[in-house]
Amino acid sequence: MRVVEELRDSLFSIMQRDPKTIVLGEDLLDPYGGAFKVTQGLSDAYPDNVITTPISEAGLVGVGLGMALRGRTVLAEIMFGDFLTLTTDQLVNHAAKVKWMFNDAVDASLVVRTPMGGGRGYGPTHSQSIEKHFCGVPGLTVMAVNQFQSPGELLKQAAGLGSPVLFIENKIMYSKLVEPDRLVSYDRPDAVILTYGGVTEFCVQSAERLLEDEEITVEVVPVQHLSPMPGDLIRAAASKSDRVFTVEEGSESWGFGAAVAEEILSAGIAPRHFQSIAADPTAIPSARNWELEILPSVDKIERAVLASF
Amino acid sequence: MNEILQNIDAEVLGAELPRTDRFYRQLVLIRRFEQKLLELFTNNLLAGTTHTSMGQEANAVAIMEALELDKDMVWSNHRCHGHFLSYCGQSYRLFAEILGRRTGACGGRGGSQHLHWRNFYSSGIQGGFAAAAVGAALAEKDKGAISCIFMGDGTMGEGAVYEALNFASLLSAPVLFVVEDNGIAQTTPKELGVAGSITDRAKAFGIDCHHIASTDADDIYKGVAPIVDQIRSSGRPAWLHLETVRLGPHSKGDDTRDETYVAELQKRDPLVLYRDRVSDPDALEQWCDDHIAEVLEVALKDEVACAS
Repeated sequence: MRVVEELRDSLFSIMQRDPKTIVLGEDLLDPYGGAFKVTQGLSDAYPDNVITTPISEAGLVGVGLGMALRGRTVLAEIMFGDFLTLTTDQLVNHAAKVKWMFNDAVDASLVVRTPMGGGRGYGPTHSQSIEKHFCGVPGLTVMAVNQFQSPGELLKQAAGLGSPVLFIENKIMYSKLVEPDRLVSYDRPDAVILTYGGVTEFCVQSAERLLEDEEITVEVVPVQHLSPMPGDLIRAAASKSDRVFTVEEGSESWGFGAAVAEEILSAGIAPRHFQSIAADPTAIPSARNWELEILPSVDKIERAVLASF
Repeated sequence: MNEILQNIDAEVLGAELPRTDRFYRQLVLIRRFEQKLLELFTNNLLAGTTHTSMGQEANAVAIMEALELDKDMVWSNHRCHGHFLSYCGQSYRLFAEILGRRTGACGGRGGSQHLHWRNFYSSGIQGGFAAAAVGAALAEKDKGAISCIFMGDGTMGEGAVYEALNFASLLSAPVLFVVEDNGIAQTTPKELGVAGSITDRAKAFGIDCHHIASTDADDIYKGVAPIVDQIRSSGRPAWLHLETVRLGPHSKGDDTRDETYVAELQKRDPLVLYRDRVSDPDALEQWCDDHIAEVLEVALKDEVACAS
C-alpha cells in the first residue's frame, strides 16, 4: 500500500469510529479531493463532516480549534507545509496553550496535517521543511511520518491523543510504498543515523548501498515523534554505535541534529563521531538541479558515513 | 477552598432581583471590583498587568442579559473582567486568579487576560479567538447555542478578524461579533488606527451590521436582545458596532488623553446614567462593597500558585 492510501484509509477509519469528526482544509471536496489526494473520496462519503475552506490558513485552524474546544475531533489540512507560518498564532498562542492556561479544564483534539519537503522544483515558498519552528512549543505535539513505519497508524494515534498535534507528511513520500521490512536493526552497527520524515528514504538507501558496496552496517532509526522528543529512543539508538549521524531536510541550525545532540550529550553519551546532515542554509531554489544540490541526498549521506572511517 | 464562595454566582449576579436592580448591581460590581484591583496595584499587592473596563460596564451587563448563559459561549479579550463577572459572577475566583492564587478561575495560570469558566474563554491576543468563536458556534449550532465574541476598535487591525467573518458567513455560524469601540487602542486614537467604517465592516461579508452608540445598559439591552434572537433563529452571524467610552487608562497608568476630554467622557459614565433608575442604589452599592471586601479577604489568604 502507498503512503497516500494508508493515510486516506486512516482518515476513513477515524471518521467511521467517530462520526462527529470534522475534516477541513482547502480544495478538499471530491472529485478533486485535496491537492495531494489524501482526502479523496472523503467528502462524497461524509458530506456533512468535510468542510472545504477559503484560502485562510489561520482561519481554518482557528475554526478547527473552536470545534475541538467544544468536543469535536478535528483534522485540518494545510495544503503546503510552507503555509504553516500563517497558522502560527493559532497553533502557538492558542491551540498549544488552551489546556494549560485554562488549568487543564479544556482540551482540543486538533490535528493539523501538512506536507513538507522539496524535490519537486516548487521553489522557495512551496518546498521547505519548516517543522523545526513548531518543535519545542509546550502543549503542541509534532509528529512526522515515514514510509518505513505505519503512517496510517501514526495518524490514528494523533487523532486519538486528544490534544493538538502538528502532523508532518511529505510531498514526494505520498506515492511511495509502505515498506517496514527495509528498516534493519543491528546489535552493534558501524554507524547509526537518526532521522525523520521524507529524508528517511535517503538514509535507508544509503544504508543499503553501504552494506552492499562497503560491508558497513548502518542502522537507520526514524523518529516519528519530533516534539516532545522521545529521549529513550534517541539515547538507545545513539548508544549502539560510536558514529552517530542525524539527517534532516530542513536547514541545520537550531534543528533536529542540535536537539538530538543535546539529548544524548546531556545523558553522558559521547560518540566518537557526531555529524548533522541537513539542507544548505539558503531558500530553496526552483531550478531542479540546484534544489537537489542544496538538499540532503543519498550520495551526501553515503559520503559522510564513509568519511567518518 | 470555600464551598460557599464557589456557588455564589446566581446571587452575585442578582438573578432574583428585578432587571433594573440586577443591572445596577452588576454595573457597580464590575466598577468596584476593578477599582479595587487598581488599589491593590498601587499598594503593591498585585503583580503583572490589568486592563479595566471602566466606562464599558454596560456592554457586559446588557449583552450577558441577552444571551442564554447555560448554553451560549462567550469569547473575550484582554479587557475581560466585566464580561467575566457578568457572565458568571465569580468575583472570588477572579480575584484569586488575578492575585495568582491556586483557587483562581484558572489556578493562577491565566491571570487577568486568560480566563475560562464554563463556556467563557478569553485570550490576550487581539482577535486571536475570533475564528475559534466561529468554530465553536458551528459545533454547538444544533443545540441552539450561539457564540459571542468581544473585540475592540484596536482589533480592527487584525487579519484574523476578517478570516473569521468570511468563515462565519460562508458556513452560517451563529456568532455575535461585538466591537466595543472606545475610540482608543492603548494610546492610538481610532483616527490613526482604523480606516473606513467600523459599523459597515462586516457588510461586505454578507453579515447584518448594527450600530449602537450608548453607555446606557437599558438601551444596549434593547438593541442587543433582538439581534441575539435573530442570530439564534436564522443561524447566521451578526456584527455589532458598540460605541462606548474608556474612562480609565489602557492598563494602569498609561492614559495619554487630555484630562478635560476624559472629564467630558465621565458624563457618559454608565453607573451615573443608571443610578436614578433604582429605588435604593445605596443598598446595592453597599452590597457590592461588602461582597468585594469579603471575597478579597478570602482570596488574599489563599495559597499562592506555584509550580510544585
